Amino acid sequence: MSDETVTGTHRIELDEPKCVAAGQCVMVAPEVFDQRDEDGVAVVLDETPAAELLDDVREAVAVCPAAALRLVAL
Amino acid sequence: MTDTTLTDTGRTPDVVDYPTPRDPRCPFAQPANVLATTEADQMARARIWDGSTPWLVTKYADQHALLTDPRLSIDERREGYPHMTRGRSVSAQHTPRLITNTDAPEHTQLRRVVNLPFTVKRVEAMRPRLQELVDGLLDEMLAGPRPVDLVQAFALPVPTIVITEMLGMDYGNREDFQHASHVLVSHDATPEESAAAGAVLGGHVAAAMEAKMAEPADDVMSELAARVKAGEMTMRGALSMSTAILIAGHETSASMISLGTLALLQNPDQLEYFRSIVDDPKAVAAAVEELLRYLSIVHTGVRRIANEDIQVGADVIRKDEGLVLDVAAANWDPAQFPEPDRLDLTRSARSHHAFGYGAHQCLGQTLARVELQVAFRALVSRVPDLRLAIPAEDVDFAYEGVAYGLHSLPVTW
Ligand code: HEM
Ligand code: HEM
Ligand code: SF4
Repeated sequence: MSDETVTGTHRIELDEPKCVAAGQCVMVAPEVFDQRDEDGVAVVLDETPAAELLDDVREAVAVCPAAALRLVAL
Repeated sequence: MTDTTLTDTGRTPDVVDYPTPRDPRCPFAQPANVLATTEADQMARARIWDGSTPWLVTKYADQHALLTDPRLSIDERREGYPHMTRGRSVSAQHTPRLITNTDAPEHTQLRRVVNLPFTVKRVEAMRPRLQELVDGLLDEMLAGPRPVDLVQAFALPVPTIVITEMLGMDYGNREDFQHASHVLVSHDATPEESAAAGAVLGGHVAAAMEAKMAEPADDVMSELAARVKAGEMTMRGALSMSTAILIAGHETSASMISLGTLALLQNPDQLEYFRSIVDDPKAVAAAVEELLRYLSIVHTGVRRIANEDIQVGADVIRKDEGLVLDVAAANWDPAQFPEPDRLDLTRSARSHHAFGYGAHQCLGQTLARVELQVAFRALVSRVPDLRLAIPAEDVDFAYEGVAYGLHSLPVTW
């Protein structure tokens, strides 16, 4: 991989209306995701996460039951 | 979409009696005829209790796609919906609108009203209380006589105490809760038995809700009571939701604790591995995911009905046809999980469907995960010499429920 030291090669997109607040993303990548206090809907803490977090983010995207998350290469 | 051409090969799908009894020689293995359908070219159909034959979806990839497909509905009032049981087919017609029987956008709205107590932050905050509870039960068990039934001493009390405390209900009524829940999720229960059990539970829930309306405390039922007062929820909805949480919240986790313990005892190398990782929270979490995948206790499939014609591979699901999505079979689909019948606590299993998938994926999954992490970790580290007190072939499996489990698990140490 050539992007290992670069920060912000990818952006996370959250389709908020789809989120069912299952919290899978928070469990997989707590550095990147949180849940809103009022209704549990996901919050992206870091939209362009550093390269070392990307594996966790990819897993979060894969396990999100609502297909509400996307990771887009910049 | 402009391409609406669907190709139907017109073949007659295989029909599998469903649920299929397991091989009597090994109560643990999934039924071979259902598993075989994960590797077939096309989907099979399931013949269920009323003789109807909804589609049987067992391939992991098909389930993953279908459970997020907005063309499927969970509206159980519809003609052709493949009900789990006769009791459910009757009660479905007068169940209020809940997260368990609505589609987006109504489902999304209802779920946002109930999911706050189950967010990762709130559940993680319960970890110390869970640890204290688990340690207390183990202290008591270790000080008592041997052998002991692990289901009654540990597997059932952990989730029942947790869920009653979370809801703000009285644990003193646990025998009513446990009995009524068991009847309500049982395939053999008649509609009359289900109705009677529902009435007992309903009585306790209504009494508790009345108390919370008058005097709110820091618990889930008080939160629901506040939603009712604010006009965000009907009283009937709040009562049904509380009942659903009470039922879903203890039998499932209890099954996972007892079956998981049995699976570890039958796989000594995996038990040894678990002991070696108890101080590594990530490894413990991964091990629990693999136990959830391997055991896949929800063994009677999740159910849906089609709103439109849907092409799946070479098959076409027609509008108004029912689907049984067998999450246990998908978790043993070799295309997703190589050597699926091997318990391998080091494998990456988190993508399993044990909690379902899509918008209806288990509301209580974070709670269940944390309960299981704390329970197994304590059990394997505090009872190093744990073993079965009866031959493995005499263990009393319980298949009658939506989730399978054990009636009892005599252990010693
Ligand atoms: C989930 C993974 C498992 C799979 C795929 C599996 C599969 C099988 C198979 C194929 C047999 C041979 C049946 C035959 O042809 O004789 C068998 C036998 C047996 N299994 Fe399992 N098994 C699993 C887990 C377990 C567990 C955890 C137990 C412990 C309770 C267990 C208890 C037994 C017993 C006692 C037999 C011998 C029965 C007999 O030969 O009379 N199995 N198993
Ligand atoms: C290991 C334990 C558990 C397992 C294996 C499990 C499994 C499942 C599955 C497969 C579904 C999906 C149903 C569908 O798609 O139609 C589900 C939904 C649900 N579960 Fe669980 N569950 C467990 C524990 C819990 C707990 C502890 C609670 C309560 C606090 C709970 C509450 C619910 C609720 C309310 C739903 C319906 C969600 C919706 O339809 O939006 N479950 N569960
Ligand atoms: S995993 Fe998906 S559905 Fe769950 S909180 Fe995160 S974004 Fe929302």
